Amino acid sequence: MHLEQPRGLIVASSTLSMRASAAPADRELILRGLKRCSLSQFSLWVAPWAVLLVFGLYAAFLCLARGLNQTNMDNRFAFGLWIFLDLTVIALGAGAFFTGFLLYILRITELRAVIQSAVVIGLVCYSGAMCALAVDVGQPLRFWYTFAYPNVHSMLTEVTFCITCYLCVLMIEYVPQLLKNRKLRQTTGALVFEFELHKVMAVFAGVGTFLSFFHQGSLGGLFGVLRGRPFAFRDGFAIWPSTFFLFVLSAAAVGPSFIALTSGLVEKVTGRRLVAARVYDKLGSISGRLLVFYVLLKSIDTLVWVNQTSPSHGFPAHRFYQWSPFGTWMLLAEIILCGLVPALILLRPDLRAKRVWLMSAAALACAGVALNRFVLTIQTLAVPTLAFDEFLSYWPSWQEFATFGAVIAFGVLVYSFSFRYLSLFPQERELEPLTNTREPGSHRS
Amino acid sequence: MIAHKDNSNNARYGMVVDIDRCTGCGACMIACAVENNVPPAAPTANERTGITPMRVIRYEHAGGTAFVPMMCQQCEDETPCAAVCPQNAVELDPATGIVGQIPQRCLGCRYCMAACPYHARYFNWGDPTWPDGLEKTLNPSVAPRMRGVVEKCNFCHGRWHEAKELAVANGKTGPVEYTPACVEACPSRAITFGDLNNSATSVNELAREKGSFRLLDSIGTAPKVYYRSRRDWVRAASGNASGTAEGAHRG
Repeated sequence: MHLEQPRGLIVASSTLSMRASAAPADRELILRGLKRCSLSQFSLWVAPWAVLLVFGLYAAFLCLARGLNQTNMDNRFAFGLWIFLDLTVIALGAGAFFTGFLLYILRITELRAVIQSAVVIGLVCYSGAMCALAVDVGQPLRFWYTFAYPNVHSMLTEVTFCITCYLCVLMIEYVPQLLKNRKLRQTTGALVFEFELHKVMAVFAGVGTFLSFFHQGSLGGLFGVLRGRPFAFRDGFAIWPSTFFLFVLSAAAVGPSFIALTSGLVEKVTGRRLVAARVYDKLGSISGRLLVFYVLLKSIDTLVWVNQTSPSHGFPAHRFYQWSPFGTWMLLAEIILCGLVPALILLRPDLRAKRVWLMSAAALACAGVALNRFVLTIQTLAVPTLAFDEFLSYWPSWQEFATFGAVIAFGVLVYSFSFRYLSLFPQERELEPLTNTREPGSHRS
Repeated sequence: MIAHKDNSNNARYGMVVDIDRCTGCGACMIACAVENNVPPAAPTANERTGITPMRVIRYEHAGGTAFVPMMCQQCEDETPCAAVCPQNAVELDPATGIVGQIPQRCLGCRYCMAACPYHARYFNWGDPTWPDGLEKTLNPSVAPRMRGVVEKCNFCHGRWHEAKELAVANGKTGPVEYTPACVEACPSRAITFGDLNNSATSVNELAREKGSFRLLDSIGTAPKVYYRSRRDWVRAASGNASGTAEGAHRG
């Protein structure tokens, strides 16, 4: 049996180089036609993330057992690192719904190459956010109250309903991938179930798109409706503030960038080509066009807020930017550096054809959406409203950081296991064909 | 400035705080805590994590020092906290105009705290504990709040219930008169409380007088707590945070 040495970066590759001559010990679980590193190497990759996850779970346990006095949030900074994390990962996880929308509804078939990966990313983003929220609320066992006593006027009610439903949709979308597992495929029932699920997957993609559009918007609306926070308050259309539409658009614009970024990162880590260049080009092109539109609308929204909305509530907008370190540089960084610049790069076919430009632009776009969520979450709470208020700062406690880390670790672990044992990139077999006749894990076949 | 509803059978309880009379003694804060079963602050608590439904803020200005008692402003129009609570744990009682908090239904998401422009909502960051024996001094009319829920001033709703029960027992209907603990405790009579709908009350008269103002009137929350001062710079501070660049302090 001949196995190629993997290219590129492999974690701890110098000391733990892949034993190319031996098939992985868990070869029975690895799909045919796919090459994966040895089990020991995979364990070494997984181990630090598992440690981070366990450490974070301990921190989360402290918060649940002793209360949120384990955090550095307070009565002024009622939202902190976790809400910022939730908003950011949900925005980035929008790649799942938007890729599904582009593939199943608009029939952009090139994206079939990344849809499985996008679903897993969406699943880990949303489930991670839900886990963080469960720690963040003071009485997590009362989560069902929102369904039992919903306030239909609250944006948070809409967010709760839509995110819960969409998480269920993501789980359903993940099932066919699980059923592709080599062991599960030995069961006839699983094969039939998978076949039947595929028939209705477009319906779930449509439902997921609908739910996602709404909850992405409602997350923006969470802050846009706060009349008591003139820094965040926005006029809008009907019951929706402008942030509702900006959140939808920014998530849709950045989603494909994040899919491209994560796909590129997985290629780098595994040393395997997983996605064809034309797919990256398509993702970059879609992201670039939407980003330009977003930057345009965001700029108009900012001008309206500076010249009309904020002054009409008695708050000259420039006052909000006099508090260091939250100056106008953040606004410029968000709109120009992390909005316009990546948009222009992604719009140029010659630039996005080069991997380094594509990945840099995608990373900038993702940083931009994270900065936007940071501004709305943290800066909104930091700037004073009353004359006898002070500008306040907040630095998360180690428990908050650890829980944050656990969510990241959870995502990496689920994705790593999914990549190893499932088929997240259908083009992998085509781009990285096995040269031997007997592939790893198929010695019995 | 005051939206009058004199023809209504409902009460619209409100407060007028004379800032020029407030000496910053803090008696109102103590009375509030005792009346409403606010536990002693945890050893790790600070001014930003403690529970102070009534809080006296010291405002330093070039013109002098002002003490501003701050509590829930009982907003009336599209009450910011009630509008955002996802599970109806905050409600504006049309019979009294009091914004109530239902701790038993509160999820602890703290969205209402983010929505409140007056920072008048407080979260129970830890378990409430009382030193041995002190629990016997708890007010039986008010339920202590548990960890993980939000609380705030409710104009001593326990006292309102007692007054209402007494009135009903005596065959009376309609709005009742009662006095919140902070009003009762203030030695300089800086706080006046009553029904803003009743034109015969002092609070109605004071709220109409020149020199009365509401905090952040420009954002349209229509609070039912009014402040009074003869000092121009104090009245100017009611607007927004524009003046803070000069260096104000909370006390």
